[in-house]
Amino acid sequence: MWEYTDKVKDHFINPRNVGEIDNPDGVGEVGSMSCGDALKLSFKLDENKRIKEAKFQTFGCASAIASSSALTEMLIGKTIEEAEKITNEDIADYLGGLPKEKMHCSVLGRDALEKAIYCYRGQEIKELDGNLVCECFGVTEKEIERTVKENSLKTIEDVTHYIKAGGGCEKCHDQIQQIIDAVYNTTLEAVAVKKTLTNIQKIRLIEETLEREIKPALQKDGGNIELIDVEGSRVKVRLIGTCATCKASQLTLKNYVEVRLQEMVSTDLIVEEVK
Amino acid sequence: MAIVYMDNNATTKVDPAVFEAMLPYFTELYGNASSMHSFGGAVGRDIAAAREKLAELLNAEPGEIVFTSCGTESDSTAIYAAIRSNPDKKHIITSRVEHPAVKNLYEYLAKTGYRVTWVPVDKEGVLDLDFLRHHLTDDTALVSLMWANNESGVIFPIAKIAEMLRGKGIVFHSDAVQAVGKVPVDVKAAGLDMLSLSGHKLYGPKGIGALYVRKGTKFSPFMIGGHQERGRRGGTENAPSIVGLGRASELAQEHLQEMDTRVRALRNRLEDGLLKAIPNSLLNGKKDERLPNTTNISFEYVEGEAILLMLDQFGICASSGSACTSGSLEPSHVMRAMGVPFTAAHGSIRFSLSPYNTEAEVDFVLEKLPPIIERLRQMSPFWKGAGCRLQ
Repeated sequence: MWEYTDKVKDHFINPRNVGEIDNPDGVGEVGSMSCGDALKLSFKLDENKRIKEAKFQTFGCASAIASSSALTEMLIGKTIEEAEKITNEDIADYLGGLPKEKMHCSVLGRDALEKAIYCYRGQEIKELDGNLVCECFGVTEKEIERTVKENSLKTIEDVTHYIKAGGGCEKCHDQIQQIIDAVYNTTLEAVAVKKTLTNIQKIRLIEETLEREIKPALQKDGGNIELIDVEGSRVKVRLIGTCATCKASQLTLKNYVEVRLQEMVSTDLIVEEVK
Repeated sequence: MAIVYMDNNATTKVDPAVFEAMLPYFTELYGNASSMHSFGGAVGRDIAAAREKLAELLNAEPGEIVFTSCGTESDSTAIYAAIRSNPDKKHIITSRVEHPAVKNLYEYLAKTGYRVTWVPVDKEGVLDLDFLRHHLTDDTALVSLMWANNESGVIFPIAKIAEMLRGKGIVFHSDAVQAVGKVPVDVKAAGLDMLSLSGHKLYGPKGIGALYVRKGTKFSPFMIGGHQERGRRGGTENAPSIVGLGRASELAQEHLQEMDTRVRALRNRLEDGLLKAIPNSLLNGKKDERLPNTTNISFEYVEGEAILLMLDQFGICASSGSACTSGSLEPSHVMRAMGVPFTAAHGSIRFSLSPYNTEAEVDFVLEKLPPIIERLRQMSPFWKGAGCRLQ
């Protein structure tokens, strides 16, 4: 018997917002019946571009149903930009926590939300590509890497609990371990490097971080970023594509690009946009 | 809330008569059966009487019964005895649907130099006897097959298999934990060398098991210690539980007829009622070769854990082969071995009845479950109405 919180039980027994919205502004479908859980999430915006209605249909266990129900409650009243920031951890927290073996239910919610937002923006849904690692549950290297980073996962078992990878034939366990190791090695390297950075090393590390992490993330939204110059601790960049015209671009620069560069390179970096 | 207990393949309640028989051995009759004084000696005689009762249930000799702590210990004892007494043979045959109590030990042995053949079952859970026959070799030390499956309830033809093995010098063991007390188990007629059983599956206490070892079967103890159980299992006898198992064996003998008639009728009422009331529901297991108390049904488009927790709201206890109930991500190995599609295995529910169940309880489940399935299906993105087929 699972130790579910009262909130999980409540959302399971009395799920909120079950169903489908007619003419929704965004729809996201993830999972499959053979995987054991699936979620179809739809939402509709009001005239102020806030989510007025969110509904779900879920095939799955009690915590999958509760996570979906919780997510719809969390979404109502939010703008797309606010909704976008909801993480799987937020869904689990909203429910007062989930058993760790059930964290994948919250990831299911996050993934459906992401797809629904893509759908709303009319962007093509790009699966996180990369090599398929877990063939049993169809999980790629990038997906595993992302989940390890976002949730600070440390073991193969954690990865299985969060995104199912490695929960079938177990053939991919070595690969999952390598991905985990790689995530922490890069972080460690970065920490080590920070202390002894010369100017040229700093610029290289900034470039590397942009290439490896920041650019792919922005490209997913149809945008991009270019490094123009580094003057002391000031990093000058130019935004390209949808990022250049996006109203949220300043937020992206400060809350994402700057934060990430500070983490990976040096805490005193300031990112500035060059038009 | 009243409990409607239909999970008797998981464990059973201790029959009040069994409990009553056990009580004095916790309080007044606490002597050690091995002691010289008559206070302990009396307990020794009561243990002997319990052994006779269990032997009678199995049509064995009392000397062929070894008391253990549980079904798993009985299995491990049997398996190690078989391979240790045939040190030159390195092949074991078992089935793909065994209980983890033996399955996991065979998986372990497979990593330590043994070749293990896993005999498949068909989609109704029936054992492939031709496959078994074709894989017997001179190197085969042990054939170990369950008497009845805990999930599907399907019964394996143990006597027929014993016939196949006769004269080949292969030890034949059966994990009969689910069969003893539900169907007649006659070790002599079956022609087995060893058989495992567990007290808490037949209205006895937890923490007691037994192993039948046919006279003349080579044996070596698993637990090495004192002279108890004639040197076959060290450790001071668990007198209260042994006496309890003895009493449970007597009751089991009395209940066999009722299992075959009244419990079977209740099971059929439940099964037929659910299959009729709920569209897209499928029976798992061969209908006429099953334990009389067990039914396993898949409800397509819904997930087992959700069904169980909804039933739990009404005090109804059952179990599921769904992945989510175990914390693993794949449905039970039994459902997979039977080739039940994942989509149906995730929604499989097992009800296992007992003589304590009533028709009113069956009708209560028949009243409560169909709306639960309907409600969960309404929530499911895949459900498009009765009769729709899974892609």
